[in-house]
Amino acid sequence: MMQKRDLTCIGCPMGCQITVELDGEEIKSVTGNSCKIGDRYARKEVIHPERTVTSTIAVTGGDKQRCSVKTKGNIPKDMIFECMDAINRVSIPAPVKIGDVVIRDVCRTGIDVVATRNIHKA
Amino acid sequence: MLYDVIIIGAGVSGCAIARELSRYRLNICVLEKEEDVCCGTTKANSAIVHAGFDAATGSMMAKLNVRGNEMMDQIAAELDVPFRRNGALVVCTDPEELDGLQQLYDRGIANGLKPDSMEILNREEALALEPNLADDVVGAFHAKTSGIVCPFLLNIALAENANVNGVDFFFNTEVEKIEAEDALPNGEKIWKIRTCNGEYRTRYIVNAAGVYADVFHNMVSSRKIHITPRRGSYCLLDRAAGNHVSHTVFAQPGKMGKGVLVTPTIHGNLLIGPNAQDIENKEGTNTTADSLNEIIEKAARSVKNIPMRQVITSFAGLRAHEDGHDFIIGEVEDAPHFIDCAGIESPGLSSSPAIGEYVRNLLEEKMKPERKKNWNGIRKGILNPASLSFEERNELIRKEPAYGRIICRCESVTEGEILDAIHRPLGARSLDGIKRRTRAGMGRCQAGFCSPRTMEILHRELGLPYEKITKSGGDSRLVIGRTKEHSGEE
Amino acid sequence: METTEMMSYDIVIVGGGPAGLAAAIAARKNGTDRILILERDKELGGILNQCIHNGFGLHTFKEELTGPEYADRFIQQVYEMNIEYKLDTMVMDISAEKVVTAMNRRDGMFRIRAGAVILAMGCRERPRGALNIPGYRPAGIYSAGTAQRLVNIEGYMPGHEVVILGSGDIGLIMARRMTLEGATVKVVAELMPYSGGLKRNIVQCLDDFGIPLKLSHTVVDIEGKERVRAVTIARVGKDMKPIPGTEERYTCDTLLLSTGLIPENELSAGCGVEMNPVTKGPFVNEIMETNIPGIFACGNVLHVHDLVDYVSEEAAKAGEAAARYVQSGCAEASGDRTPIRLVATGGVRYTVPSTIHTDRMDDLLTVRFRVGAVYRQAYVSVYFDDERVQHQKKKIMAPGEMEQIILQKKKLLERPDLQTITIKIEEDDTADPMKGSSDGRNMSHTNESSGAADSTAQADHLKEA
Repeated sequence: MMQKRDLTCIGCPMGCQITVELDGEEIKSVTGNSCKIGDRYARKEVIHPERTVTSTIAVTGGDKQRCSVKTKGNIPKDMIFECMDAINRVSIPAPVKIGDVVIRDVCRTGIDVVATRNIHKA
Repeated sequence: MLYDVIIIGAGVSGCAIARELSRYRLNICVLEKEEDVCCGTTKANSAIVHAGFDAATGSMMAKLNVRGNEMMDQIAAELDVPFRRNGALVVCTDPEELDGLQQLYDRGIANGLKPDSMEILNREEALALEPNLADDVVGAFHAKTSGIVCPFLLNIALAENANVNGVDFFFNTEVEKIEAEDALPNGEKIWKIRTCNGEYRTRYIVNAAGVYADVFHNMVSSRKIHITPRRGSYCLLDRAAGNHVSHTVFAQPGKMGKGVLVTPTIHGNLLIGPNAQDIENKEGTNTTADSLNEIIEKAARSVKNIPMRQVITSFAGLRAHEDGHDFIIGEVEDAPHFIDCAGIESPGLSSSPAIGEYVRNLLEEKMKPERKKNWNGIRKGILNPASLSFEERNELIRKEPAYGRIICRCESVTEGEILDAIHRPLGARSLDGIKRRTRAGMGRCQAGFCSPRTMEILHRELGLPYEKITKSGGDSRLVIGRTKEHSGEE
Repeated sequence: METTEMMSYDIVIVGGGPAGLAAAIAARKNGTDRILILERDKELGGILNQCIHNGFGLHTFKEELTGPEYADRFIQQVYEMNIEYKLDTMVMDISAEKVVTAMNRRDGMFRIRAGAVILAMGCRERPRGALNIPGYRPAGIYSAGTAQRLVNIEGYMPGHEVVILGSGDIGLIMARRMTLEGATVKVVAELMPYSGGLKRNIVQCLDDFGIPLKLSHTVVDIEGKERVRAVTIARVGKDMKPIPGTEERYTCDTLLLSTGLIPENELSAGCGVEMNPVTKGPFVNEIMETNIPGIFACGNVLHVHDLVDYVSEEAAKAGEAAARYVQSGCAEASGDRTPIRLVATGGVRYTVPSTIHTDRMDDLLTVRFRVGAVYRQAYVSVYFDDERVQHQKKKIMAPGEMEQIILQKKKLLERPDLQTITIKIEEDDTADPMKGSSDGRNMSHTNESSGAADSTAQADHLKEA
């Protein structure tokens, strides 16, 4: 069954409105883009949209009570809230260093959640 | 406990009365529905100490304005409140209305102002005093005794001084009902005041409830009064614009209705406003686009090139306008021992010291109270470190390191000042309370920078959980809770 | 605490954010020993510490970092180089003679005689009052950056239901942050007919979560005496005034404002640094020096940036120049020639720098600027006096995206009589009489905005709405 998806390209400030025609997982056409970046972006975005999630995590015994974290790589876009749930449920003890893994393989994405700042002991 | 006097309302009138009555051996308390003093009409007005030429000759307004103006130097000195006589100019932009300036002068004389405290200026003379007057200005009336004051600090200082002299203050205490009952053995009536925080009993009531004064008056009297909240909007400009005028510039009242004023504030900002809009809602302190446009447009008729891009905030205040347009101060005829202090609109702030004195005299005569021997009318304000020399300032920081930490960068307010504001008598409990006492958050960034830091101090000093820290009491919570509430921490 | 004795440093840097850190590091690399950073917060890093989203540093580090990670790269260098800094320290005054007065709890109030001063104070957010938004003044109205600090650093939620005014990147980033933390963002209203934010942020912060963006809309009423209860927005006409009848009311408990950033120049103005009324930052020359010799400016105090990478780059230049200045005995190093004036006109709002001393410029000098409107298929033209020497077509230019051209020193040296360099936008190629004389060889021109997708990774927070 043919399907149409409309996207806004994020490649540059032009923000081309791109239309992708799909047959299941197969891309039939990409139109509306004005350069190759748009084509590449649209093909990835319709099949496997991915995002990096950044948030904070609770810290105990530190000079701050929250530590910023990120997924070390992109995770599937539809797992953002599941990932947030996992992040919200955890608290970690100080000290924390940038790059410390705070959740391994979050939601079985194969991606770790890591600290993005240093927290010293209180 | 039976009070001798209960004052309803902790605005500038109520607190001026409280301070004057604190001279006597009386049990006095002030009931205030808000969380702090200075939360109603006193909070938002022009901050002017009027000279006294404006009010109708013979009115209470005229008498108390002139007297209040006279008293202001001494009271400001006693209470360590900033006050400066910067003078006022009433500017005329219509050659046909120039006569009106003479009328102001004549009324000033009739109201008891000194002849040499006023003068009429032609355009050149007016421009010499105030170069930014509008091109249309053809003449001006100059009232030299007009001044500017900080209404917050005047109100707060009066309350603090009353408090250290024994007056109790009860906040978040809204009066719901007032009843008389026979109780004393001598047959004297006492008043029973029901509030949201229980019942209070008193021999005398002073009704200084601002826009609500009619409500309380009408609970006890069959001779009804009616107060209309008359809303006025203002724009406050950055200190960078504070020198645009040095006098308080009024438009001449005339065909175009009452104009707005343009004035420096005692803290060096520029203030324009107010318009006048009669509304129903006694809590209706919202601004509207129309009213802001109106004051901006009207201000430009008196003063040119006002740098409106320097506006840092706009706000609206309510004047307690009674239908008869005069202060109603005195014992209510059909309700003995109930003293009205109603209809206190402009020049209420200017008159406040005289209102206190007037009500004191009235109650002294009725109650014949004994004077306290140890009454102390001197109050020290929150120290402004900027007034110190470099060495003195360092000495202070050595003793109190908190004076070395700036919390509000726009107004250079230190943690030391904020701690003082919290811990002094009737101390601040909210962001606005701290703002009115120290100016933290009143500058050009409007608390964007300092509010998280001020919240941290309130949390630490008062043991308030963050979720209970408010902007101005009640439901004005600043945050709703923590992130990561289910993380298992704490 | 010795009050009578004045400290002395070669370079005093006001602000320990991205600009101050990069300036300090560059000054040290260029041989200056006695450097002091004065930072008002309790840690180095400035606003980056609360910008926990990613997209920082692709130019500088060739990888995508979050704000705190980007800051840490510089902070670690400051540690390694043993550069002195004082935290929780507020600078109270800078004099034209380069005496810096500062204060903190430990040292009290103190004065420092500086060989050179680098202004790196950053910017602040425009508050509600400056917008004259009518309505009540309840709790629950925050600038987006204040909310960002509360959520990301302190761990407090400002509210449950949110309306955001302003679609600058900070507003967009906060729409996503509030959503991820469990709040409902009902709408983002933008006064202009275009967003000041990046496409990437519109897609990934709004579209991903189904948050509507209403262009040409503004807030016309705020309800709630104590806490925000509702916000009404309305469409605006071409005159930017609300159109009656287009009001939409949103119940909410929070209004976030992301309506612009203002360089924080009260200290600069206090010592007589000349300000550009367009940027609200100092006028600077080719080495980031203000009109006062030995006082330099960089980062968002100079002009509000999109990319923190450019902040670091400019700041490094300021740091290097300050180092040269103190090493040369604080002498003015600029030869006798009158500087070349840069003129921004025809859609170009300003340039940084605004003057060039050819003899002390680098071989290549980046001139950054912003345009005043959205331009499609228009040209960036550069004139040396009356002669057009550059005419470069751009697919799109927008006020939210900083543009740049690069000048070559040798081309300027070829014209000893050159007085002004004019940069303007020309929409119609044929309108120009000099058409055909355009000579791209005179300068190289980089076009960041139409570059690879990766180059759009931005320092979102640092961007003007």
